[in-house]
Amino acid sequence: MQPKLSLLTDELIARILDEAYQLLLKPGIKVQNPEARELLESAGAQVDQETMVARIPGQLVHTALESVPRQFQLFDYEGNARVVYGGDAIHFDPGSSGISVLIPETLEHKTAETPDLIRILKVAETLPQYDAQSTSVVCHDVPKDLHDLYRLYLVMLFSRKPIVTGAFTNETVHQMIDMLSIFAGGRENLKEKPRAIFDVCPSPPLIWSNFGAGNLIALARAGVPAEIVSMPLAGAAAPVTLLGAVTQHAAECLSGITIHQLAQPGSPIVWGGAPAIFDMRKGGTPMGAVETAMIDSSYAQVGKSLGLPTHAYLGATDSKLVDMQAGMESAMGALVGALSGINMISGAGMLDFLICQSPEKLVIDAESIAMARRMVEGMKIHTDTLATGFYEGVNFKGGDFLKQKITLQLFQMEQHMPSVVIDRDSMRGWREAGSMDTFTRAKIRVKEILASYKRPEIDPDKERDLHDYVLGLAKESGLETLPLLDEKNPLPDA
Amino acid sequence: MSEELYKEMAQSIIEGDSDKSVELAKKSIELQMHPLDTITKGFVVGVNYIGDQFGKGEAFLPELVMAGEAMKAAVATLEPELMKLGESREVMGRVVLATVEGDIHEIGKTLVGTMLSASGFEVYDLGVDQPAEKIIGKALEVDAHIIGMSALLTTTMVRQREVIEELDKEGLRPRIKVMVGGAPITKDWFQKIKADGYSEDAIGAVKIAKQLVGKADA
Repeated sequence: MQPKLSLLTDELIARILDEAYQLLLKPGIKVQNPEARELLESAGAQVDQETMVARIPGQLVHTALESVPRQFQLFDYEGNARVVYGGDAIHFDPGSSGISVLIPETLEHKTAETPDLIRILKVAETLPQYDAQSTSVVCHDVPKDLHDLYRLYLVMLFSRKPIVTGAFTNETVHQMIDMLSIFAGGRENLKEKPRAIFDVCPSPPLIWSNFGAGNLIALARAGVPAEIVSMPLAGAAAPVTLLGAVTQHAAECLSGITIHQLAQPGSPIVWGGAPAIFDMRKGGTPMGAVETAMIDSSYAQVGKSLGLPTHAYLGATDSKLVDMQAGMESAMGALVGALSGINMISGAGMLDFLICQSPEKLVIDAESIAMARRMVEGMKIHTDTLATGFYEGVNFKGGDFLKQKITLQLFQMEQHMPSVVIDRDSMRGWREAGSMDTFTRAKIRVKEILASYKRPEIDPDKERDLHDYVLGLAKESGLETLPLLDEKNPLPDA
Repeated sequence: MSEELYKEMAQSIIEGDSDKSVELAKKSIELQMHPLDTITKGFVVGVNYIGDQFGKGEAFLPELVMAGEAMKAAVATLEPELMKLGESREVMGRVVLATVEGDIHEIGKTLVGTMLSASGFEVYDLGVDQPAEKIIGKALEVDAHIIGMSALLTTTMVRQREVIEELDKEGLRPRIKVMVGGAPITKDWFQKIKADGYSEDAIGAVKIAKQLVGKADA
């Protein structure tokens, strides 16, 4: 039985949903996208065109919830299903859209550029704990117009895994869908077997921006999965109470789902988010706070009560270094996410309020993810008797059980074997290996991974088409050459 | 033909399959293969492989122990044949093992015993909580080359020194070499009590034991 964390009673979930429905009517939802307002209005919502506030009746939301898929999958480059959104399936991906990376030698937080994203991609590609890649950092060595789609371009070249991504404008979302279609072999194929899911963010409190709602509509019509990343900040951009934040989250998601399903009923969409409490000392949004994890776990429970696929930002830290705080907050988040049965748990590798990515942290986080997964596998019954059958031939000697065939057969099913990043050596062994701390061991592991990484084999025609498409967009941005995009400047491994 | 069989023998040890290793030992007897060849070219290859893998962190304790058990079972099957031939497997050396007085921990020591016998040593494991006179008495009785002592506690590891002092007093060293092991045992301690060898794991202990009897691996 998969162990589950439940912070809410059924009664409380009903109250949350009831109040969320009330919020949709009063104060309503501010919808800054004209097309979304039109969709809502023609379906029966009361829309004030001046204030852009839509009052969305419950019936509209119910209809939308009826057409939302309960489950869908993401596929890898070859078209194999790799990620299940729905039920209590759990998956992890690196945190997305960081703007800097931690340089392990100097501990500097450096503005991210192309080689940094490639390093992260290689590490996440190699570690089996990550079921999906993410467009984890923005590369500042390309023009701003290209920031979102350039990340996707690199992921497509360096990975075969499913992708969690997102567009930064209403225009680029179409271009990114085009890019994915090139590899999928057309838009219909992409819809059939989507490789990527797009994060779409409402703006707290209760606002769907022109860009957010525009992306919802574009994705719904393309049949490419959308992931709502609602981020109530409890105490600043949402009620200070955790339950208040969970309720606002529900209202933002319900309104988003309604717009999305009005644009195209049956398109896949996820009940997700990146909420946080608002830190009253520093004004920050701590992703590693236990209350943040409590909001996540609770809203996921609300989403599950509606039968929806779920997502959350957990497993990140606010620490600036890959240190004790980083380990503590990240592991706690990963475990809460796993025990909550959240389908996609994003945030691994992230430091400093989701600003900074670190490949070294990614390899350490992979260990806590593996442990969280083991926890979720739960207590297993492998044998007819729980214990009595083990004692034949046992002579009251320690070590007797090591000689049993069943020990050999079962120990790897019972025990997760961590990588060398986790130290379980004797004092002597640890000293002989160089007296290294976790971060130092992680640095070595990253180097090993980077040395052994091989770029996946991609159909050269598709690669060429993708290259030409992105180069075309780069030229439109007024640039003739881009790192790695130009023929004179080939991919490192090409 | 025999090459194939040797491979299967090694494999049966690697898989820790005692039934299979005994079956293969019997088959080798039927085929009138020389039992010493069977051991050294077949089964020992498997033990060495799994030992190496364990050293590299790629095999785990249950695999190591099961391999040792499969080896013991195979050798026991072949021993009557060796007797008939008037030969015996070359004994690397005789080792008396014990956990010292006041200490009842023995998982590590038992592992060392398993690996030593799998590697061709004759092992006399006295068990736990053994006083100096019992250990030395057994060593004299079987004409042991090595005494191996284990201690898990810092409070009992001093007993290792007592045994060494007793051996020195009786003038039994260097005839009998002393190996020490156990969680609290450091290089400093091993030097301080003037033992002849120490290791922190069972694979290392086999290496040390071979060195002590002058049969170190090339």
